[in-house]
Amino acid sequence: MSFVRLKHLNIINRGRAELNDKTLPVRTRRGTGAIALEFLGSMNLAITLLVVIAIASVIGTVLQQNEPYTNYVMKFGPFWFEVFKALGLFDIYGAPWFLLLLGFLLISTSICVWRNTPHILHDMRQFRLDVQDKSLQSFHLKSEWHTAYGTGDAAMRAEALLGARGYRLRKREQEGHVTVAAMRGSAGRLGYILSHLSIVVICLGGLIDGNLPLKLQELRGELRAETRDIPVSEVPAESILGTDNHSFRGSISIPEGASVNVVYLQLRDGYLVQQLPFAIELEQFRVEHYPTGMPKSFESDLVIHDDDLEQPLRQTIKVNHPLIYKGYAIYQSSFGDGGSGLKMRAWSLDLPHQEPLELASNVNRFLRLNTTRGERTLEFTDFKLYNIFPADEGDTSGKKFHNYGPSMVFKLRNPAGEALEYINYMLPVELQGRRFFMSGLRSTPSEEYRYLYIPSDDAGTPQRFMRVLAAAHDAAHVRRIVEMQIGDTLGADAASRDVRNTMIDSISRLVALFVEQGIDGVVKHAEASIAAEQRQDAINSYVNVLQGVLGALYIDVLRDEGVNLEQGVREEDSLFFDDTLNTLSMLGAYGSPFYLQLSEFEHIEASGLQIARSPGKDIVYLGCAMLMVGIFMMFYMHQRRVWVRLTQCDGGARLLLAGSGHRNRMEFEHEFHALQVELEQAVPRSTDVT
Amino acid sequence: MSVSSDTLEQMFKQPSLLKRLGWFDWLWAALTAVGTIYAHTYYVDLMDAYEVGILYGTAISLIWLGWAWKPTRQLSLVIAMLSLFAIGLYGDDLARGETGFFLKFLLSSQSAIMWMSALYVMATFAYFFGMFARSDFSNRVGSALTWSATAMGFTGLMVRWRESYLISHDVGHIPVSNLYEVFILFAVITALMYLFYEGRYKNRQLGGFVLTVISAAVAFLLWYAFARGAHEIQPLVPALQSYWMKIHVPANFVGYGGFALAAMVAIPMLVRIYAGSQNARTVFWASSGVMGVVVFGYQLLKAGTATGIDVSVALNAVLSGLIAFVLVAVALWALSRERVLTTLPPNELIEDVMYKAIALGFAFFTVATVLGAMWAAEAWGGYWSWDPKETWALIVWLNYAAWLHLRLAKGWRGRPLAWWSIVGLFITLFAFIGVNMFLSGLHSYGSL
Repeated sequence: MSFVRLKHLNIINRGRAELNDKTLPVRTRRGTGAIALEFLGSMNLAITLLVVIAIASVIGTVLQQNEPYTNYVMKFGPFWFEVFKALGLFDIYGAPWFLLLLGFLLISTSICVWRNTPHILHDMRQFRLDVQDKSLQSFHLKSEWHTAYGTGDAAMRAEALLGARGYRLRKREQEGHVTVAAMRGSAGRLGYILSHLSIVVICLGGLIDGNLPLKLQELRGELRAETRDIPVSEVPAESILGTDNHSFRGSISIPEGASVNVVYLQLRDGYLVQQLPFAIELEQFRVEHYPTGMPKSFESDLVIHDDDLEQPLRQTIKVNHPLIYKGYAIYQSSFGDGGSGLKMRAWSLDLPHQEPLELASNVNRFLRLNTTRGERTLEFTDFKLYNIFPADEGDTSGKKFHNYGPSMVFKLRNPAGEALEYINYMLPVELQGRRFFMSGLRSTPSEEYRYLYIPSDDAGTPQRFMRVLAAAHDAAHVRRIVEMQIGDTLGADAASRDVRNTMIDSISRLVALFVEQGIDGVVKHAEASIAAEQRQDAINSYVNVLQGVLGALYIDVLRDEGVNLEQGVREEDSLFFDDTLNTLSMLGAYGSPFYLQLSEFEHIEASGLQIARSPGKDIVYLGCAMLMVGIFMMFYMHQRRVWVRLTQCDGGARLLLAGSGHRNRMEFEHEFHALQVELEQAVPRSTDVT
Repeated sequence: MSVSSDTLEQMFKQPSLLKRLGWFDWLWAALTAVGTIYAHTYYVDLMDAYEVGILYGTAISLIWLGWAWKPTRQLSLVIAMLSLFAIGLYGDDLARGETGFFLKFLLSSQSAIMWMSALYVMATFAYFFGMFARSDFSNRVGSALTWSATAMGFTGLMVRWRESYLISHDVGHIPVSNLYEVFILFAVITALMYLFYEGRYKNRQLGGFVLTVISAAVAFLLWYAFARGAHEIQPLVPALQSYWMKIHVPANFVGYGGFALAAMVAIPMLVRIYAGSQNARTVFWASSGVMGVVVFGYQLLKAGTATGIDVSVALNAVLSGLIAFVLVAVALWALSRERVLTTLPPNELIEDVMYKAIALGFAFFTVATVLGAMWAAEAWGGYWSWDPKETWALIVWLNYAAWLHLRLAKGWRGRPLAWWSIVGLFITLFAFIGVNMFLSGLHSYGSL
C-alpha cells in the first residue's frame, strides 16, 4: 500500500526527487562524464559509502592504532605484520584507501547538493497553480463536495481559512475555475541543503587540520620521520618542521624549571619535530588528590617567552582549561617524572658481607655497572611520590586507603639487551604487623609485578637480613654449624667419619644451593636425583635441615648484634627468621645481583602538554552548526501543500480539496482531516446541487 | 453573502500558543522560573558563566516542554517536591539517609532508584498482561507505573546530586558521570520518550516491548550495584570536571533512548509482518526453535566456560532450551494470528513511531557528538582523535544516517528497516557499553 502512495507522491510532488536519483530525467545519449556523474551522485553509492566507512572504522577501534611497530610484530608475526602494514591497518584513519573512501563520500554529497539545490530552491517558491484537476483527483488525501457558494466566495473563504492556519497562498482565476494553491513550512526544505552542505564543510575543515600536506611532503622525500631516541639538537633537518606549518597536533613533556620551543608530532612509528615561535617554561606542576587517592586536578604554571611580548606571559593551565596563544592551543594532557634525583644503596646479594654501594642518578638516566654477574645497565624510568592503594580487607587501621610512599621504577638490562623491570618502594611497608622492603619484578610490561618482601630490622634497614644472607654465603660458617649440629652422633671409626663428612658436605651443598637458587633450586635438585614417590618426603626433610642450619646461623647473627638471648628468642625475632627464610627461598628468582634501596630523592615533576594549531577548527564548527540546524529543520519543519480547486457548476461550485505532505505523512493526514472539517464548515456542503 | 476577507480572517483565527495557555501552565512556568532564579542566586559561586547559561537554557526548555506536552508539568512538579522533601530531610548530614524513615525507605537516591527499578519491572508485566489478556485496565496500570517509575528515577538522580555534595564539596557533581548513573538516565529518558508516543498515538500496546529494554537496563543496573558496588558516589577525574558534561551526556542519552525505542517497536512490527505472512506456521516453529537453541547454547557456553561440560551442565542446557522453546511457542500461540493482527497497533503506526524515534534520536545524537567534539577540543587538544568511543559514535551515526536515507530517499518500508533498526540497537549498545568493556581509549572512565 504505502509504496503505491509514495509513487503518487513522487509524480505529483517533485520535491521527493531531491534525494531520489530515480526521478532524474533520463537522456537517451549520454557521455561518459554524465554517467560518471550520475554514479557518483547516486543514492546507492551514498548509502554504500556510509555503511562501508562505518565498517572500516570498526577495524581501527579493534586494532590499537599507532603503536610501536615492534608490538605489532610480536602480536601478529612477521608475515601478517607486513600484510597489515601494507593495508595501512596500523594507521587506518590516515591510510590512503580510507581517505579515498572519505573523498568519495565528499564527492557524492557535493554532487547531490549541487544537483538538488536549484531544484529545492525553486520548489520552495513554486506554488504549482497550474495543477490539473485530474492529478489532484489522484491524490491520496483529497475530498470533494458541492457547495452553494459561488467560486469567488468559496475561494475567498478557503483563502481566509488557509491563511489563518499559516499557509502562504496563490490564487488563479480562470474561466469557470478558481485554483487556490497553499504552501507551508517550505523552509524545512532548506534543512536538506544545510545538513548535506555541512558534511562538505566539515570535511574541508578537517582536511585543513589533517596531516595530508605532511604526508605529501613525505612522499616527495622532503620529510622523514625520525625513529631514534635522540636529543632535538641532533635531529636532522629533514625531520624538522618550521613555524610556517599551519596545522599540527603534537605533544611534549617539560620538566619543572625547564623550557622548550618544540613539540613532537607522531608519524607512524617515528616522530617529527615541530618548532614553535615562542618558548614555554614550566615553573611548577601540581597534582591534587582526593582522599581516595584519585587525582583531583592537574595544573601547570606556564610562562610564555616571546620576543613579541613586553614581559613573559604567566598562565596556569589545567585539564579542560587550555591556554590559547597566537592561535596555538596549549593543553594539559599528562604528567610524569621530569628526571627526579635518586640516591640509592645497592646491597649486593652475591657478596652480602660487603658494605652497600652508594649510587646516584636521575629518572630517565642510566648507570653502567660491573656486577658479580657481569656488566649491567641500570635504567631509571620513573619515580612516584605517592602510591595510594585501597586498604586490604581485614585492615584494622580503619583507613580505607593506604599510602605506600615513594617508589622508583628501573630496568636492569644485561649485555644481550634483555631487561627485567623493578619497582622498589623506599619505605618499609607494614604487613601483618611486620615491616618489609617491597621490590616488584616483571619481565614484560604486560605482566603484574611479583614482589619480594625483604624484612626490615628494628632500625628500618635491610641490614639484619643482609647479615643473615652473608652468614649463609659464608661456607666456612655454614660448615661449622653443620658440623656442630651433626655432632658426634655417629661413631668415631673411619667408616662413620666418612659418612659424617659426606653428610656435612651434602648439607653444606644443600645450603649453598638454597642460597643461590632458592627453593626452586632445591626442588629441581630433588626432581633430578630422587624417585617421584620419595620426593616429597625428601624435600620436607631438606626443608627441615635448612631450617635448622639457617636457624643456627640466625642465632649467631643475633648474638653478633648483641641481642640478649638468655630468655630465648623473642617472638618478633622468630617471626623475622620465618620471613627471612621465605625471602631467601624466593631470592633465586629475583634476577638481580643486588637489592637497590632508595635512600634519598629530589622530586622533579614533568608536565605533558599537548600543543595544537588547527586553523580549520572554526570551519568544522561552522559545519557542525549547519548540520545540527539542518537536521532539526529537516525533521521538524515539513513542507506541505494544499490545493482548493473550485469549478463552477449549477447552483454553486464543486470544491476539490487535495493535499500532500513532504515526509511525516501521518501527521499531515491529521492536519489535512482537521482542515477538511474546518473547510466544510466555512464552505458547507450542499446536497441540492447536482 | 459576501463578507470582507478581514472578517473572514478574524473568523478563522485561532488563538496563538500563548493565549491557549491555561492558569496551570502559567503557574507551572512561574514556579520553574522562581526555582531557577533561586538556584542561580543561591549557588552562583559554584557555577561558571557557561553553567549559568545551561541552567537558564534548561529552565526555558523545561517550560517549553511543559507547554507542548502537558503531563510533564505534573511530572516535574512531583519530582521537584519529592527531591526538595528529600533534600530537606537530609539537611547537612549524609548519615540521615540510613536513619530517617522516609530517606531510608523511599527517597534516598539508592531507595528511589530501587523503587524506580521495581516499578519499571512491574510496568513491563502490566503492559504484557494487558496485551495478552486484552485488558485495557492492565495497560493503564502499566502507564501509571511507568510514570511513577520515571518520577522516582528522576528523583533518585536529583537526590544523588545533592548527596554527592553532602559527601564533600569537591566530590559534588551532576550524576551523569559514570556507567551506573547514565543507565538510570537511559531508563528514564527512554521511558519518557515512550510515554510521549503513547499519549500521542493513544495506543498502549507497544508498552511491554519498550519497557523490556528498560527492564534489561534495570537488571544491569542492579547487578552493577550489588556485584560491583557501582552505586557508590565517586569523585570526578579532572577530565570530567567541565560544564560540557551537563549537556553532552543527556543529549547522548536522548539519542540512545530513541534508538532503543525504535529497535523495541520493531519487534511487534516484525511479529505482525510474519503473523500476516503466508508461511506464518514456519515462522512460528522457526522462532520458537531458534529461541530454544539460543538459550541452550547460551547455557552450555556459560556453564561450560566456568566448569567444563558434564552431564548436569548438558541436562541443564537441554532443559532451559526446552523451556525457552515451550515458552515462546505458548506465547506465540496465545497471541495467535488474529490476535496479533487485532491487538498490535497497525504497522503504519509502528513505522511512524520508529521513524520519529530514530529521527529524534539521530538529531540529538548529532548534537551530542558535536558537543563531544567541542569538549574533546577543550580537554584533549583536538576535536577528533579517532578515539574508540568517538569512532563508534561515528559508526552509530553513519548507521542511522544510512537508515534514514533508505527510508526517506529510497522509500524503503517495513521488514528490512525493522530488522535494520534492531541491528542498530546492537551497534548502539556496543558504542554505549562495549567500547568501555573491550576497547581502551580516552573514555576510560565508564569502565566496568
